[in-house]
Amino acid sequence: MANFTPLSALAGGVLIGLASVWLLAANGRIAGISGILHGLFGGLRASPPGDRGWRVAFLAGLLLAGFAWLAFFPAEKSETGLIPLTLAGLLVGFGTRLGGGCTSGHGVCGLGRLSLRSLVAVIVFMAAGMLATYVMRHVL
Amino acid sequence: MAHLSAFGAGLLFGIGLWLSGMANPKKVLDFLDVTGNWDPSLLLVMGGAVTVTLLFFGKIIKKRGLAFEKTKVDAPLVIGAAVFGVGWGIGGYCPGPAVTALANLSTSVVVFVVAMIAGGILARIAPSRWGA
Repeated sequence: MANFTPLSALAGGVLIGLASVWLLAANGRIAGISGILHGLFGGLRASPPGDRGWRVAFLAGLLLAGFAWLAFFPAEKSETGLIPLTLAGLLVGFGTRLGGGCTSGHGVCGLGRLSLRSLVAVIVFMAAGMLATYVMRHVL
Repeated sequence: MAHLSAFGAGLLFGIGLWLSGMANPKKVLDFLDVTGNWDPSLLLVMGGAVTVTLLFFGKIIKKRGLAFEKTKVDAPLVIGAAVFGVGWGIGGYCPGPAVTALANLSTSVVVFVVAMIAGGILARIAPSRWGA
C-alpha cells in the first residue's frame, strides 16, 4: 500500500462532491458524466437542442480542468494498449448508457440520494471492474 | 447564467478528479487490483464525495421538487453496470476521467473517448433493433 494517498484522495473526493451539489442546486442536474455525454449523441431519444448547452458547458469545464492541471503537473500515461483500450471504451460507453450511469451518476450522486438502483449498480460495476483487472494483470 | 454555472461545476469536478488521482488510470487499476499491490485511495475519493452529496442532495431534491423516473432494479441496470465495470477494469478509465484526460492530447485517451461515444450510440440503437 505504498501508493496510498489518503489526503489528496479525500480532498479530491470532497471537490467532486461539492461540484455535484453545485450542479444539482444551481442547474437541477445530476452530475453523471456518462449521462451528460451520451445526451449529446445518438439521435434516437437523445436530448433536444435546448438541453444541449449545459452539457457542452459542463464538459468544457471538465476539459479545461485537465489543461489547467497539466500545466502544473505531469501527465499520467495509460498502461493499456490501444486495442484493449478501444474495447474498454466501447464497453464503458455501452454499459453506462444501458445501465443509466457510471461512477459519478450512480456512485457519487445516486448514493448521495440513497437510490437502491445506484447502490446495486455500484456493487456490480466495482465487482466487474475488480474481476476484469485481475484477468488483465494476473491471468493474461 | 445556467451555462456558466454548469461550466464552473465541470471545472471544479475536473480539478477534483485530478487531485484525487481518478484521472490517473494506473491509480484506478491499482485500486481495482485487490489481489495485487492494492491502493485503497479510491475508497476515500468515493467516501469524500458521497459524504458531501449525502449532506446536501436530500434537501436540494426536496426544494426543487425533483423526481427520478426509474426506481426498480432491472436487467438493463445490472447488465449495463457489469459491462461498464469490465471496460473500467480493462482501461482504468470511467467517463469523467476520460473526458478530462483528453487534455493529455495522447492518442490512447482520444481513442478511448471515441470508442466510448460509439458504445453509447450502439446502446441507444441496439435495443430497439432487438425489439426490446
